[in-house]
Amino acid sequence: MNATHPPLSSSDRKSVFTARGLTKIYQMGEVQVPALRGVDLELYEGEFVVLLGPSGSGKSTLLNILGGLDTPTSGTVCYGEHDLSVYNDAALTHYRREHVGFVFQFYNLIPSLTARENVALVTEIAEHPMAPEEALRLVGLGERMDHFPSQLSGGEQQRVAIARAVAKRPDVLLCDEPTGALDVKTGVLVLEVIERVNRELGTTTAVITHNAAIADMADRVIHLSNGQISEVRRNASKKSPREIVW
Amino acid sequence: MRALDIKLLRDLWHLRGQALAIALVITAGVATFIMFLSTLDSLRLTQAEYYQDYRFAEVFASLKRAPQSLARRIAEIPGVERVETRVTTLVNLDIPDFPEPVTGQLVSIPDHGEPLMNKLHLRQGRIPEPGRDDEVLISVAFAEAHRFVPGDKLNAIINGKRKALTIVGTALSPEYIYQLRPGSAFPDYQRYGILWMGRTALGNAYDMDGAFNNVVLSLTTDASEKDVIDRLDDLIDPYGGRGAYSRVDQFSNRFLTEEFKQLENNARMFPVIFLGIAIFLLNVVLARMIHMQREQIAALKAFGYTNRAVALHYFKLVMVIVVLGVAAGVLAGIWLGKGMSAIYMDFFSFPFLHFQLRPQVVLSAALTSAGGALVATLFAVRAAARLRPAEAMRPEAPTQYRESFIERLGFKRFLNHPTRMIVRHILRRPVKSALTMLGIAFACGIMMTGRFQQDTVSYMMGVEYGLMQREDVSVAFFDPTSRRAQYELQSLAGVEHVEVFRSVPARLHFAHRSHRTGITGVEPGGDIQRLLDADLKPIALPAAGIVLTDYLGEMLGVGVGDTLMVEILEGTRPVREVPVVGLVKEYLGVSAYMELSALNRLLHEGPAISGAYLAVDDEYLLGLFQRFKETPRIAAVMEREQEIRNFNRTMDQTMLFITTVATTFSVVIAFGVVYNSARIALTERARELASLRVLGFTRGEIAYILLGELAVLTAFAIPIGFLVGRALCGIIALGLQSELYRVPLILEPKTYAFAATVVLIATVISALVVRRHLDRLDLIGVLKTKE
Repeated sequence: MNATHPPLSSSDRKSVFTARGLTKIYQMGEVQVPALRGVDLELYEGEFVVLLGPSGSGKSTLLNILGGLDTPTSGTVCYGEHDLSVYNDAALTHYRREHVGFVFQFYNLIPSLTARENVALVTEIAEHPMAPEEALRLVGLGERMDHFPSQLSGGEQQRVAIARAVAKRPDVLLCDEPTGALDVKTGVLVLEVIERVNRELGTTTAVITHNAAIADMADRVIHLSNGQISEVRRNASKKSPREIVW
Repeated sequence: MRALDIKLLRDLWHLRGQALAIALVITAGVATFIMFLSTLDSLRLTQAEYYQDYRFAEVFASLKRAPQSLARRIAEIPGVERVETRVTTLVNLDIPDFPEPVTGQLVSIPDHGEPLMNKLHLRQGRIPEPGRDDEVLISVAFAEAHRFVPGDKLNAIINGKRKALTIVGTALSPEYIYQLRPGSAFPDYQRYGILWMGRTALGNAYDMDGAFNNVVLSLTTDASEKDVIDRLDDLIDPYGGRGAYSRVDQFSNRFLTEEFKQLENNARMFPVIFLGIAIFLLNVVLARMIHMQREQIAALKAFGYTNRAVALHYFKLVMVIVVLGVAAGVLAGIWLGKGMSAIYMDFFSFPFLHFQLRPQVVLSAALTSAGGALVATLFAVRAAARLRPAEAMRPEAPTQYRESFIERLGFKRFLNHPTRMIVRHILRRPVKSALTMLGIAFACGIMMTGRFQQDTVSYMMGVEYGLMQREDVSVAFFDPTSRRAQYELQSLAGVEHVEVFRSVPARLHFAHRSHRTGITGVEPGGDIQRLLDADLKPIALPAAGIVLTDYLGEMLGVGVGDTLMVEILEGTRPVREVPVVGLVKEYLGVSAYMELSALNRLLHEGPAISGAYLAVDDEYLLGLFQRFKETPRIAAVMEREQEIRNFNRTMDQTMLFITTVATTFSVVIAFGVVYNSARIALTERARELASLRVLGFTRGEIAYILLGELAVLTAFAIPIGFLVGRALCGIIALGLQSELYRVPLILEPKTYAFAATVVLIATVISALVVRRHLDRLDLIGVLKTKE
């Protein structure tokens, strides 16, 4: 498995994201809550990164800013050559549409659409998508395409969400606690799919988790605590999801 | 089909109950709009065509008697196109098997050929043969009221002699669209009819051979109506002219105009209120419905759908509902409009009805609904889309519950936990709660508008016939009569009390304003016929000066102390200055009153009277009617009870339809609003309630929490709805002000009760539906997903 993607040093690869001095402050009523306090970060092409940290450490905020769902209070975040921090809503929308695939903790499937239709929802507005059926087969749901979310198990729903995220052939795949709502067995299944997408399609992948075990399958592990990066670790060898125990 | 469109259809299907309720609210608004406006347009068009096709005259005048040669001089007046002289008179009729006196209006028609103006529409039979003095055509309504068919006979007291007349046909005339017996306020087709007779025959009977007592004119397009009237007055004055007048003052046309005005006011008020409220409710409901989908909106945005695409998606969803509602509303509106037009066609005796639905009417109903929906959707979607997707996908913004002021006031210990939840939930989002409450209040208020007219009208009738006109029977003489007649009436068996009156047509002038009406001279201190002040207390009539209906005072711009120029339109036609000495409250019509002898003095006449009000012992009523029939001097006899019945019938014919439609639609709106409020509350709180079930709350307990909130909101909404209803009715009353009647803001307790009951029933039914859903809450699902 590692043969296809041997760990490379940072300088060997092109950086997809470059963040500098990233700060995000939420206004909660009269209180200002800092979520990020000056984060510097790079993500490289084809890389599988795990963002690890306790809840409230700022990892979701970081992912949301990378994905164009949110904007920083200060600092810059560049996608390739483009500074996302100065993008307006329309530009961010375009950026998400063209480049980003999202997987959310609670799947966020449209309940009134079948698995196939949920994927089609995204492929219809993408430029070079794969067929929804192909995406669903990729996540092992070729047989359940015409089921509604309510007819699918949590793991299956999350796999539909992954199919939906990858069907547009995004440049980056951002997953926010993709296994957070799942049991171990199903979680492993979902992680396998994410790993497979990263490996076979070469999609830069960032996975948020507070589950340290998952970190073993990453190229790089970035620890966040209290809105700052506390540690960056490179795995000498990646484990496959099946080898992970939690 | 695109995935987003599939979502739209599925969402619609999922929301079908609510969507249907919203569509029905729109249907109610649009249908009301179309019903009223199409009816009004149709009646206007029909009237215009009727007037044109049947050459309705433009200037009218009555006089005592003038030689036919005067017609040529009238024709020479500049601006006159056609002249037609006629013989007209009121006549007492005796109809077999009908004990009460009946008044006929006899009108001559040319012996040969059609009338030049006011042409007849022959419905049945034929016109009288030339020279026959025993054949008449009668008005259709009169024939229908007595079930007369050609060949039937009736008796007329012509010049004191009973004459048998054969009905040869029935007809309609633009001159008598609204048929009202002089002195009567409401149509009574059994006791008043129009009879057309050949000119020669009628002339011979009334000593009008080679003479006439009525003339009608049509004018050239460039004519000055006022000049023609002035010159005509000059010509007929020496022959006992009673003042020429234009269409504006023509009896039937004037009433028709007023009726149309009423209808127009209704046509403006009801649709605006209904459609306006429908759109308000649409806003409330859509805002909440779209709010419910904020996570889906966020997800769509996260995938790269633009705000526009998202807004368009929801707008499409809303438009499907709007289009359904509008389409059903247009169809229902046309159907109801046709029904309502037919009722009015019958009521006004139009020979035909040209139903007209202008495309603009449909378009404006559709555009208003669509526009309202568009605004509602944009606001709601904007609110949902303004959030960054990251925020929207999180559970909704920090829920800042706190102790409500009710609890802080010290009532806390009286409230158990579920009740506290209800109170806190209502007060946490006060705007949302207030809008829901306002929606229910509007539904309650709108229900009152449907029944308001009935309430106020029965009140008006109570004042008019209970406090003011208290006679059992009134009689009117053909000509002013000596006061001796009072004693003759007094001596009749069964007559308990007699009060006499003198009435005379007059034109009242003040500054540049004038109004043609009648002045009634009444006995001072009368107990049968009374005048009332603003508080409905009887007032004494001053010995000199004139008293006006308050509304007439407003129309002329005069108050007590001003001096009117009174132009009498009868006899020597004196013109005098008379001070206004009082204003009286009257809801029906506008009148002027003077003390009887003061009026006699003004007219330069002795103690003459035009008629009398009688208090009569019921048992003698039939006998009295028989006597009156045989008294040639008596032109008309009116029974108060009958007037009230006539009024009620008139109301049933016209108002009942409007009332029924308005009430039905307001019930629909009430259900639509309450049901939607309940359903949305259920959707919003399903998870929370399911969690409570998981924690061990019973079905009844969670139902209490959700439905208790609905009950509290409804309980507060009803009194607010009463205020809204009063305000809406006040607006309608203001719009209905006219010369025919002024509508006081009277709402019966049973109207409040009705509105409250419908809202409560709607609440209970909605609650039962919601309860059924509550019982089926997915308890496992809530554990699996967030929130």
